[in-house]
Amino acid sequence: MPNSSAVGYFDKVSSRPFVRHLIYSGSVIFFFGIILIPPILGIILRWNAIGEIFESPNLISRASSAIYASFAIALLVSFLDLVAGLPLAWFIARGKSKWLNIIDTLADLPFIIPTVTLGYSLLLYWNGPEGVSQFFGANPLVSKGWLLIALLHFAFSYPAVVRVIVGALFDYKVVYEEAARTLGAAPLTADRTVTLPILKSSLIAAFTLAFARSLSETGATVIVAGAFENGVVFIKNTRDAGQEGPMVFVSFVLIFTASLIYLTIRLLGPRLKMPVKRVWPFVERKLSDFKVKTVRDSFTTLVFFAFVLVPSLFIVFPIVSALSNGTLNQAVSGVGVWQGYWQGLLLSYFVATTVTALNILVSLPMAVLIARKRWGATASTTLDVLSNIPMIVPSIALGASMSIFWRNFAFIPEIALIILAHLSITYPYFVRAMVAAIERVTMDLEEASRTLGARPFTVFRTIILPLTKYSLFAGTIMMFARSVDETGATLAVVTGVKTVPVLLVDWVRGTVPASAMDIALGAGLLVLFSFIILLVLRIVVKGRH
Amino acid sequence: MVNVSKTFAKKIVAVDNVSLQVYDKEYFSLLGPSGCGKTTLLRIIAGLVKPDGGEVYIDSKLVNKLPPEDRGIGFVFQTYALFPHMDVWDNVTYGPRVKAWEEARGERIGREMLEMVRLYERQDAFPHELSGGMMQRVALSRALAAGARLLLLDEPLGALDAKIRFELRYDLRRLVKDLGLTAIHVTHDQGEAMAISDRIAVMKKGKILQVGTPQELYTNPQHIFVANFVGENNFLEGNVVKTSEGKVQLELRGGLTVSSSDTSKKEGERVILAVRPETFTIEKGHEKRPNSLFGVVERLRYEGTDIRYEVRLKNEDVVVVVRPSLMEEWFNVGESVTVSFPSEKSYVFTYPGRGLREELAVELTSEMV
Repeated sequence: MPNSSAVGYFDKVSSRPFVRHLIYSGSVIFFFGIILIPPILGIILRWNAIGEIFESPNLISRASSAIYASFAIALLVSFLDLVAGLPLAWFIARGKSKWLNIIDTLADLPFIIPTVTLGYSLLLYWNGPEGVSQFFGANPLVSKGWLLIALLHFAFSYPAVVRVIVGALFDYKVVYEEAARTLGAAPLTADRTVTLPILKSSLIAAFTLAFARSLSETGATVIVAGAFENGVVFIKNTRDAGQEGPMVFVSFVLIFTASLIYLTIRLLGPRLKMPVKRVWPFVERKLSDFKVKTVRDSFTTLVFFAFVLVPSLFIVFPIVSALSNGTLNQAVSGVGVWQGYWQGLLLSYFVATTVTALNILVSLPMAVLIARKRWGATASTTLDVLSNIPMIVPSIALGASMSIFWRNFAFIPEIALIILAHLSITYPYFVRAMVAAIERVTMDLEEASRTLGARPFTVFRTIILPLTKYSLFAGTIMMFARSVDETGATLAVVTGVKTVPVLLVDWVRGTVPASAMDIALGAGLLVLFSFIILLVLRIVVKGRH
Repeated sequence: MVNVSKTFAKKIVAVDNVSLQVYDKEYFSLLGPSGCGKTTLLRIIAGLVKPDGGEVYIDSKLVNKLPPEDRGIGFVFQTYALFPHMDVWDNVTYGPRVKAWEEARGERIGREMLEMVRLYERQDAFPHELSGGMMQRVALSRALAAGARLLLLDEPLGALDAKIRFELRYDLRRLVKDLGLTAIHVTHDQGEAMAISDRIAVMKKGKILQVGTPQELYTNPQHIFVANFVGENNFLEGNVVKTSEGKVQLELRGGLTVSSSDTSKKEGERVILAVRPETFTIEKGHEKRPNSLFGVVERLRYEGTDIRYEVRLKNEDVVVVVRPSLMEEWFNVGESVTVSFPSEKSYVFTYPGRGLREELAVELTSEMV
């Protein structure tokens, strides 16, 4: 393979320890300087403003209720997602039905729908006059508020939970279950006493993921919340009202508590013991019966359809109406609200592309540092834990504290603030994907390459990258999609410039006057463009793979 | 098992119409190369794989429809499959627990089994803290503690180093015999199978080629693959030129003539003569004897108790001769020698249609794919 002079130069200098230290240090400095420390400093800089909240009993009460609601809903939804998602994941991974491929594909559908669209679809389904309300004679069946938020969070975290568990089940060595069966255990007993404990870390990861997503979700939550306030809605409302103190206070509490919960789960989770000693052979044998299993699988699928899939796709109906009543023409012509829509869309994809490219550059060295423990096991674990924090904390809280910090640098344009916020939010996705992928490449391969004369950058280029390219592309797709979807942090950092999810939130809330047809079509077009881009990226990935 | 078959992905025939009987309290081995279907057959007996056809009986009861947990078997997996989240004690007492035996009974059996394998003191250890040999013994005691009367062992010694494997193989047999169990042991190691089995079934490509005691398989192989897989053999191509009472005369390549007591083939048939290396005698020079072949020592290897000669015959065929190193004079490379063998210690097989190399192959080569 011909070596360009730049590549050849990097190959050569990478032998020098100083150069490698510089690259790793640069990556770590970037992480601390741009991603981790600014939000912390932002809170510290406006710590005095927190006093504002203590002067108003009403604000204290609102803030406390909002914080409590965030964590209560997140815990409830995570638990329900795990309870409901586990049977479906099991069905997908182990089932023998001919419908499995279809259900497996459908389970991923809510993933590709941007959350703001998801929120609007669920609003129409549970709350709108043409949704399920009409079948129950209620108007509406579910009012805007905590229950609708819970239903929303349940729906959009469900596919993530199912995917994590399906992946774990596919990786799981079924020989353990077989061993349990040959020792006399009924299938359910084997699953409960052997498989689930072995999958414990994946179950904890799924729970943590659902918890983080629920805590962080902003755009769709704002749409369905109505007058109810959880933490993210409170932050948005106080920001819009110019009440910086309460905003900083709740941001701080959310960030601090979420980080603490994450660290607790991370440290204590592996020590959690599952009940495996007690068995109920007769009962569990009955529950392992084929008929019981069929009923269970059917119920699981029903829950998935009724609470996740149909509500997520309900928006198709108004989209179809919008396509046939002239709204599409207005959209294409850029008339009225649509001019802002196309500008927002272009901005969203520009930001997503920039963020993705930058993140790949700066987070790859960090991923290598963590996966290969270049600075020792302790440093690796510390960096691994810290690099996950932006994923755990609510994005609007992160954005709010970042905007306080970066405002001190008045020369930074708003678009750069959005990019900085999105860099922070999407950073962990890529690092996690690449750390896992690099860890799977055994050191033997790198060492063999070095003994054959390859310099470190050559090893990285010719061994690590080719063997991890699927994760690299998957991480890229995740980052891109996450950035396009990101609402909370964007809402927090800027007021003048609007990405398309932020614009859609304004449309739904009526801040910008848009008709129901405009909203439906705008949400639908976002899904369509996201789907096309993701499809193109997947084709590129498959082609290269 | 009666006419048991299993095909995977509609094209890979793993088990091809196999019928087999294993007797009570017998230590039985399924021997064959990787991919011959022996593990699939074992898993069919265990109920872990459903056969496409045929019947499986355990203790005279048809078990086709019974799940693994109801077949009364114990299974020792090649990778041991010790539950990583349970210590040794919990692993071994898992079977009694899930069968809801009385706690006292389960504890007694767990203790007995662990003492039998000399691991009672390690009951608090987790699998990752144990050596390979220890894990194997824990896996065995776990299977036994569940009260199985039929023990299925899938390459139980495969993951161990040679010395431990050699020691543990006898422990396995002793345990099974002491407990009065029936065992079916899958292995690709013919030395292991020969050392511990009452009877062996040799498999290739999903079929059973021959069943017999170790001695029967070694001294009277019925199939050329068995002759090669069990022990070592020299194979010489030739034709049957004359058959008479109790003897057959063969013409090898280059016109060399020998005779064999194996009269199973007809005149004019293209055949393969098989002679084990240890049945040859070797003398200096050209000595005319019955079944003698002249040649030159091309290579010799000292193997401790034996000397191994490779002798190139006048027709360019090479035969391997193994003689005890302490009891006879040695020959040097380049020396002219006469090798001879008794006609009653040779076998004659029909020349394989697909060629000798392919017939004897233990794994697919690129030519065969």
